[in-house]
Amino acid sequence: MSRRIANMIECKGLTKQYGALRAVDDLSFSVEPGEVLGFLGPNGAGKSTTMRIIAGFVAPTAGSVSVCGFDIESQAIQAKRRIGYLPEGAPCYPEMTPLSFLRFVADVRGIEGGRRASRLDEVIGLLHLESVIEQSIDTLSKGFKRRVGLAQAILHDPEVLILDEPTDGLDPNQKFEVRELIRNMAANKIVVISTHVLEEVDAVCNRALIITHGRILADDTPQGLESRSRFHNAVTLKLKNNAQTGSVNAAVAALAEVASTEIDQQAGRLTAFPAPNQLPLSAISQLAADQNWDLAELHLESGRLDEVFRTVTGGASG
Amino acid sequence: MNGSIAVFKRELQSYFLTPVAYVFIVIFLISANWLAFGVGGLYERGRADLSPFFEFHPWLFLFLVPALSMRLWSEERKSGSIELLMTLPLDRWQAVVGKFLAAWLFTTIAIALTFPVWITINYLGAPDNGAIFAAYVGSVLMAGGFLAVGSCLSAITKNQVIAFVLSVVVCFVLLLAGYSFVLDAFSAWLPATIVDGIASLGFLTHFEDISKGVIDLRDIVYFGLLIGTCLYATTLLLGIKQSD
Repeated sequence: MSRRIANMIECKGLTKQYGALRAVDDLSFSVEPGEVLGFLGPNGAGKSTTMRIIAGFVAPTAGSVSVCGFDIESQAIQAKRRIGYLPEGAPCYPEMTPLSFLRFVADVRGIEGGRRASRLDEVIGLLHLESVIEQSIDTLSKGFKRRVGLAQAILHDPEVLILDEPTDGLDPNQKFEVRELIRNMAANKIVVISTHVLEEVDAVCNRALIITHGRILADDTPQGLESRSRFHNAVTLKLKNNAQTGSVNAAVAALAEVASTEIDQQAGRLTAFPAPNQLPLSAISQLAADQNWDLAELHLESGRLDEVFRTVTGGASG
Repeated sequence: MNGSIAVFKRELQSYFLTPVAYVFIVIFLISANWLAFGVGGLYERGRADLSPFFEFHPWLFLFLVPALSMRLWSEERKSGSIELLMTLPLDRWQAVVGKFLAAWLFTTIAIALTFPVWITINYLGAPDNGAIFAAYVGSVLMAGGFLAVGSCLSAITKNQVIAFVLSVVVCFVLLLAGYSFVLDAFSAWLPATIVDGIASLGFLTHFEDISKGVIDLRDIVYFGLLIGTCLYATTLLLGIKQSD
């Protein structure tokens, strides 16, 4: 048991009060190596505050955080040595170049000698910073700035990575690369990321926490969350000729496996929702074959995270 | 200690990466020389010493040093880089000391660049070079005192203008505390020991002692204590600000 705790993040009863606002409200959870935890929540849900507390920037009003066995308040230096942190918005020193900035971080972190040169080369290569390495940071695009921030966070090959919106401001190719990078590093690390992009949760996380008003509303795998969706195991089909959708709808709705149907008039898609504990896919595809429907598409829905997100957070924002 | 050195190096480097360093040095050198020769009449006096030059240093520092110190923490806070700095494995005091020392070394460089005045006065006559050296030491110590006060006030706000104005006001009060017209106002109704106490809190009393060529341990201790106290307060203030 003690060995497990030694490489975990453990948050116990975290609370952060800003005047009348309780940004984080008695949050308790732990994260183990190999887990990529995604923080989800509307803006102002307390995601960034929680990450700031874990990274040791903000002191909690109550509760404690231990990182790899070190308390973030009383053993701050030891804990911070094990953390790589990308703050929200990836702040940097704008007048510096990425190279001088990364050298500064290496100096503070006490990375010396041969390891220093090899680590610098490695992160510069991993984040494709070669072309801008001698340019001042304030002249860089948002994507490059974000990557400089990421390079800084992984420079010391930390056991724990806390990344606040790591792909914000990146183009689709860069997003893909950063997700790939996170996935590759995640094997024996603890990674905590926050994001607004739900596809990202599917792409990189193996666990998701939905937070609203500083409280945990759901703690599950992305698949687990998807299965909460009413779309889970639903079947969506589209006919080549939209005029036939009405008659097909009647036939599908009559199936015992189908609880209800919905037609998206604009897209011409028909979605059949399963009756409890039923999988209507085979019945529907059988029916389609029997009646020779001219199908343009037919697929099984795994569940929609955005819909689960809205349901769980009650459409709350702010 | 590594942390302090890294922060120190980064800060010093940053001064020269932005126009701050060059603007500061140029304005400082022009004003210092203009005040010494134009206002102080260094040349016309016909005496081989630099007192008209050093006399104006406190007033020059009053405006120039807060312009330098206002950015120490306010800028970090404004740009958000403080979040990065404070989540690196480094004690808060290490960052405070590193930043302060970089700013202090920078002002020392600016002060040292006034050396042509020293050469000039040696060319014109035979000054007491020991006294001039002592005055330079006093000037550097006083700049350190101003900077430490400014560092402390910069820690409480992300607005550089507020940091500047507060620093000027506090330094002005500390400067005035040594002037005889201020002390006279007090001496009429306060016992002499308290008036002496007020005088000893002032920059000027200590600066004037040193610039006469007498480096007294008490004056060094005064500036040392002032700097130490202000930096300690900076560390505390940053901690308080951070936990809100």
